[in-house]
Amino acid sequence: MALQSLDITRRSATTTPAPALRQTTEVAKLIDVSACIGCKACQVACMEWNDIRDEVGNCVGVYDNPVDLSAKSWTVMRFAEVEEGGRLQWLIRKDGCMHCADPGCLKACPSPGAIIQYANGIVDFQQENCIGCGYCITGCPFNIPRIAKEDGKAYKCTLCSDRVAVGQAPACVKSCPTGALQFGSKEQMKDYADKRIKDLKMRGFEKAGLYDPPGVGGTHVMYVLHHADRPELYSGLPPDPSISPLVSLWKGFAKPLATVAMAAVALGSLFHYVIKGPNEVSKKLEDELEKEEST
Amino acid sequence: MIRDPKDLVRYTPAERANHWVVGICFILLALSGLAFFHPAYWPLTQLFGGPVWARILHPFIGVLMAVSFLALFLRFKDLNRITEVDKKWLRRIGEMVEGNDHDMPEQGKYNGGQKLLFWLLAICMLLLTLSGIVMWRAYFEFPILLVRLAVVIHAATAAVMIGLIFVHVYAAIWVKGTIRAMWYGTVTRAWAKQHHRAWYREMTGKS
Repeated sequence: MALQSLDITRRSATTTPAPALRQTTEVAKLIDVSACIGCKACQVACMEWNDIRDEVGNCVGVYDNPVDLSAKSWTVMRFAEVEEGGRLQWLIRKDGCMHCADPGCLKACPSPGAIIQYANGIVDFQQENCIGCGYCITGCPFNIPRIAKEDGKAYKCTLCSDRVAVGQAPACVKSCPTGALQFGSKEQMKDYADKRIKDLKMRGFEKAGLYDPPGVGGTHVMYVLHHADRPELYSGLPPDPSISPLVSLWKGFAKPLATVAMAAVALGSLFHYVIKGPNEVSKKLEDELEKEEST
Repeated sequence: MIRDPKDLVRYTPAERANHWVVGICFILLALSGLAFFHPAYWPLTQLFGGPVWARILHPFIGVLMAVSFLALFLRFKDLNRITEVDKKWLRRIGEMVEGNDHDMPEQGKYNGGQKLLFWLLAICMLLLTLSGIVMWRAYFEFPILLVRLAVVIHAATAAVMIGLIFVHVYAAIWVKGTIRAMWYGTVTRAWAKQHHRAWYREMTGKS
């Protein structure tokens, strides 16, 4: 969460350009779902590196633990049991922030600089500027940000922006024992994904593919899926995510339109007064009444 | 200004106090709400002790406004029934705006424009209150689609309401002798006779 002011391409609630002189390579984390064994080492590494401990929850009868993302759990494994082609498949997906190229959270955020996007593609919350309104939740197509009860601030995966800034891979990637998590430039990750997808296709997963949804401009966390034609199998991964048109309307068109309309009414009133003059009680009527009363 | 004993009482102290509670709430809500709506208004958050305080306070002020507006609504709803005369008045509102108000249809305590504004504001308040509750994440959690709909409704309705209040305030400034009715409750007989002749006759028994 360190502020690298030269590397910022976008800043929430800011209408002027962000400091963007330095161009850096776009990075990406690749989650190869087909190689994941669901060990949750990434969850442990995440809480360890970020030094945040969620409350110990309860077993709810499935492997998901914690059952959902929280302000203190920035990544969780979601376990889905799916019957495909007459056999049971255990689809395990590491859920967390996708670091969209076109982030809905950033678009919705009203607080200048509370959400920033680095030139390398990482979308980061700056909690000291967060006001806790929850608009980021409203804007996110993946249901990721969570507001902490303790401080009323929004939290989510930082893609270990602090580690990446000094040339390290995210903590989760470092901890993955099977190589299901990979980190590098976005180009490298796409190349690596291609190899994995070819391999999966050879093994009979004909619909294997890369999840890098264009609706949000692509993401900086990508999945290799064996069933890329049906991402929803993986605990409801949205097939074609995009920023809701309602959010675009609210944070796009409505802002200048309403401002101009309100200014027009205010200025219109002022000039009406200047041009037409005040509407005063007529002198004639006042005199009449005065006469009436004195008689 | 010396109060003439012959002046007509237009608003009781309770009505005036109620109106000002609503008015103050509106100003505070508009200023803090605009700050969240567009970055250009962001500095307004400083009026509330910083952006986090503005976020915390806005919904509570909203609750106060909803309650006090409801009281105001119940006080005045019967007086704001729109009649045929009001519709006739509204059709000729252009003449009023032009400043030729002499031949306008005779009006009671409220003219057609005031009544229309009353109902529009009531609709705005209803929409703002309901959508505001849906957006209040500190205490409520609603389905995401409903929240997304609520934020659009809240912003659009608020912009309309701010416009309506501009009109409301400007009308009071434009028509001289009006604002005192909200300060100390009375208007002159000449004012009443010119702007609300039917009400004038009702109050004085004169023609």
